[in-house]
Amino acid sequence: MARKAATAKARPAGDWPEAVHALLRDLAVRQVAYVPDSGLARLIDLCLADPSMRTAVLTTEEEGAAMMAGAWLGGARGVLLTQSGGVGNCINMLSIFEECRIPLLMIVSMRGQWGETIPWQVPMGQATAAALAAAGVIVRPVDDGARVAETVQAAARLAFDAMRAVAVVVSQRITQNGARG
Amino acid sequence: MTMSGQRKVVPAIERRTAVARILAKRGDALVVTGIGNAASDVAAAGDRPENMYLAGIMGGASMVGFGVACAQPKRRVVVITGDGEIMAGIGSLATIGVEKPDNLAIVVIDNQVFAATGMQQTHTARGVDIAGIARASGFPRADVVTTMDGVEAHLAEIVERPGPYLIVLKVQAKPMDRVEVPRDGTFVARRFRRAATGAED
Repeated sequence: MARKAATAKARPAGDWPEAVHALLRDLAVRQVAYVPDSGLARLIDLCLADPSMRTAVLTTEEEGAAMMAGAWLGGARGVLLTQSGGVGNCINMLSIFEECRIPLLMIVSMRGQWGETIPWQVPMGQATAAALAAAGVIVRPVDDGARVAETVQAAARLAFDAMRAVAVVVSQRITQNGARG
Repeated sequence: MTMSGQRKVVPAIERRTAVARILAKRGDALVVTGIGNAASDVAAAGDRPENMYLAGIMGGASMVGFGVACAQPKRRVVVITGDGEIMAGIGSLATIGVEKPDNLAIVVIDNQVFAATGMQQTHTARGVDIAGIARASGFPRADVVTTMDGVEAHLAEIVERPGPYLIVLKVQAKPMDRVEVPRDGTFVARRFRRAATGAED
């Protein structure tokens, strides 16, 4: 399939959702599965408004992991958008990516990490990166809004070209989601 | 009537016969199986590149099928799975019910027991109505059948008519012969993807 050369363009750090959406579109990402999260709200809205993207709101994040496997099996690229709390829900479902060597691109918005004020967010937030790694997912953290798009771009290559499961973990420092940091 | 108010269903459907009959009508449909006996039922009808056997990710079969259906909107996608498997991801029916992929059908082989783990009763044995959940979740149609005549009467909904569609086949609970299902996930996944897309990569 001919695709435009996707390049993460320089934008103001606060515009990372716009930059990531444009990148996903250029990468021919056609399926977007998400559980709503305020840290990802702008990116989700941009995907919802994009007629080239088939979006699905999930009841729980592991549905999205299974959907992403189906997307690739059907020849399409997808992205799973989730808060860090949802990563724990995905663990068993992630086994298909290792067992079948199927690409996965996730964008995870962190809670319980940078200036969190809600105590119940901390346990899963602190376990997120370790849980992903234990489930065989390559973790690419990013804590600067100006670098989110280039991190997603690198992760997408690792996912779709090198056929790996990869999660871009977006710091709470960027989203300021539930944080006073 | 039992204490729970549910009438006990005595199923007449033999699962391998029913699955073989459905697959004989599949045409070029892409088939995704759930974990356990459903994968064996599909393999027993003949291994094909258009079959994706899931031997893990319990609860994931419907959403794998949904992802395939969105990627290949012109192909029929049929998920064949067990009642225990679909209950493990029952929220998927709400996700699919609101998205309404018209090329997706889900066949639930409902033996009312966890056959792979010692025949413990499942939720459906105690009154849970999976077709009712599908309808309440936005599936335009979902049916329950207890006989092969019922299966015959709904073949067109499974393989052809606009969906999403879900059908529960109440089948006999009995020990099944093991059927070899291809074990190499990377092989099965790539073979399936090639069959779905016609592409080499």
